[in-house]
Amino acid sequence: MAVMSYIDAVTMALREEMERDQSVFILGEDVGKKGGVFKATAGLYEQFGESRVLDTPLAESAIAGVAIGAAMVGKRPVAEMQFADFIMPAVNQIISEAAKIRYRSNNDWNCPLVIRAPYGGGIHGALYHSQSVEAIFANQPGLKIVMPSTPYDVKGLLKAAIRDDDPVLFFEHKKAYRLIKGDVPEEDYELPIGKADVKRKGEDITVITYGLCVHFALQAAEKLAKDGIEAEVVDLRTVYPLDKEAIIESASKTGKVLLVTEDNKEGSIISEVAAIIAEHCLFDLDAPIQRLAGPDVPAMPYAPTMEKYFMMNPEKVEKAMRELAEF
Amino acid sequence: MENRHEKIGLTDETVRKMYETMLLARRLDERMWLLNRSGKIPFVVSGQGQEAAQVGAAFALDRNQDYILPYYRDAAVVLAFGMTVKDLMLAAFAKAEDPNSGGRQMPGHFGQKKNRIVTGSSPVTTQVPHAVGIALAAKMDKKEYVSFVTFGEGSSNQGDFHEGANFAGVHKLPVIFLCENNQYAISVPADKQLASVKVSDRAIGYGMPGYTIDGNDPIEVYRYVQEAADRARRGEGPTLIETMMYRLTPHTSDDDDRSYREMEEVEKAKLSDPLLTFRKYVKETGVLTDEQEQQMEHAIQQIINEATDYAEQAPYPRQEQTLDFVYAEKEQGGAV
Repeated sequence: MAVMSYIDAVTMALREEMERDQSVFILGEDVGKKGGVFKATAGLYEQFGESRVLDTPLAESAIAGVAIGAAMVGKRPVAEMQFADFIMPAVNQIISEAAKIRYRSNNDWNCPLVIRAPYGGGIHGALYHSQSVEAIFANQPGLKIVMPSTPYDVKGLLKAAIRDDDPVLFFEHKKAYRLIKGDVPEEDYELPIGKADVKRKGEDITVITYGLCVHFALQAAEKLAKDGIEAEVVDLRTVYPLDKEAIIESASKTGKVLLVTEDNKEGSIISEVAAIIAEHCLFDLDAPIQRLAGPDVPAMPYAPTMEKYFMMNPEKVEKAMRELAEF
Repeated sequence: MENRHEKIGLTDETVRKMYETMLLARRLDERMWLLNRSGKIPFVVSGQGQEAAQVGAAFALDRNQDYILPYYRDAAVVLAFGMTVKDLMLAAFAKAEDPNSGGRQMPGHFGQKKNRIVTGSSPVTTQVPHAVGIALAAKMDKKEYVSFVTFGEGSSNQGDFHEGANFAGVHKLPVIFLCENNQYAISVPADKQLASVKVSDRAIGYGMPGYTIDGNDPIEVYRYVQEAADRARRGEGPTLIETMMYRLTPHTSDDDDRSYREMEEVEKAKLSDPLLTFRKYVKETGVLTDEQEQQMEHAIQQIINEATDYAEQAPYPRQEQTLDFVYAEKEQGGAV
């Protein structure tokens, strides 16, 4: 067991999967010699060569579309979008093609593809290097969307995504890349896609979130614990399809639920979580479902004042948790 | 008439088979229109006038290993690659047994893995990057197959055409891009679609040879596609071939082409209908006798009749099959 950063867990999972399975290959912008703009693929070009760590032309629809074609004939492509914000030209390929290939062919064809992309703000990335784009894809049956919070989860879930027989979007919080460190076993392991993980047990309130916000919630929960409030923190890990069972179980247990996302509030992942709780847990609730999210403006601005206003942080989460606990 | 097929190594038998496939596609297409107009099937998208290029190209490929990514008018291509008339009828009637999609997609959305016919969709040109990815896999695994992708001249404006062609050119991938330029993208004529004179002019930008050839001549198309396939297999990269033709029918059964083109123009195009001109060729070169032709027509009619009856009587998918195959089966019905 080694302590490593979130991004090193990405690289480790990629390397191990490429060593294990010849059909796994990487394609994207600057993923080769440079090892990626964040260095997620560092060293892989040297180890596996150009044919398996492919620098593509700067054209995201082709990155996705070429990966889809290769996946349909038995390859296991891992495509990198340099920033989640730049996935937009590939949306047609992801939604019209990857998501529907199994269904439209009546199970004749399938598309075992992973698209990795760094998302999220708090790194002075402004409008187009800070976005959370998961909600765009989260009503597209056929897709799976994984958003891990810890290095341990990164390794296990990225391996599961690569081995999955259907397309998986794997969003990595770019601020977590070097900020978040944790224990990662050296041995091979997979974590189940579609399963949430209770990161902290508690009886008083439930916080349901994912990605970097999990850490904000955990930090806040420790502060609340000093005042005798025990918060349960549920990490969704897979934001689509959602682990309804885990959501219902925790919401029913504590009766007070705070949902947190860094994304804009309207139509976000947590909106769907709120609907699930409303449908299934009404008579177990002791307070209205609370949503804490980014403001409904197009994206995160550059100026530090505005970025701070938009961005989620432990203080905002703690405040919302206290208010809910006192309700 | 000069025998042109012997010179490029095509036997009379193969040429007869090419004509038969064109005729089969045409008669099937005609039957589909009848079924549509009599209210038995909801939709037809037609390939009439495009069979020569489709058959010429398909026969030039290795039909035991190459991958094809046809667009919605390519019935003759998929017939040449092993899909049957019955399969296509089942798709037209949206029946459960339809191998393309199990009754999920509109007709013309081909796909059949056992024949390496890659599943397609309706947003145009998305299949081009897929063909490039399939070719990339061939290069990575040092396999001999090529991927063959078709699209219309209107589609050659889509980003996916340009992104895919450039990718294939950069990495010298074994892809054949075949444009079926039938002069119209629904109602908009080619001169309102293309700033260049020819679609093939676009090839130079992507580092590949581009040719514009007579799409009404299956022998010519065969020759160019065979050469492109040879180039691809030698590792020399992709080729763009633009085949010139004319769409003899409205865009689909829901379109009325009288609102945007002169019927005189259509009548004039019918004089060079490839089915007529190639029939003349096979008759005059002695490839097809009158007796053989009669037998061929009769056999085709019988195949289409049987397929129509079969498909009409075949069951629809069960309602609850709507829920199948969103994800791999092992994960069906897992969560709450």
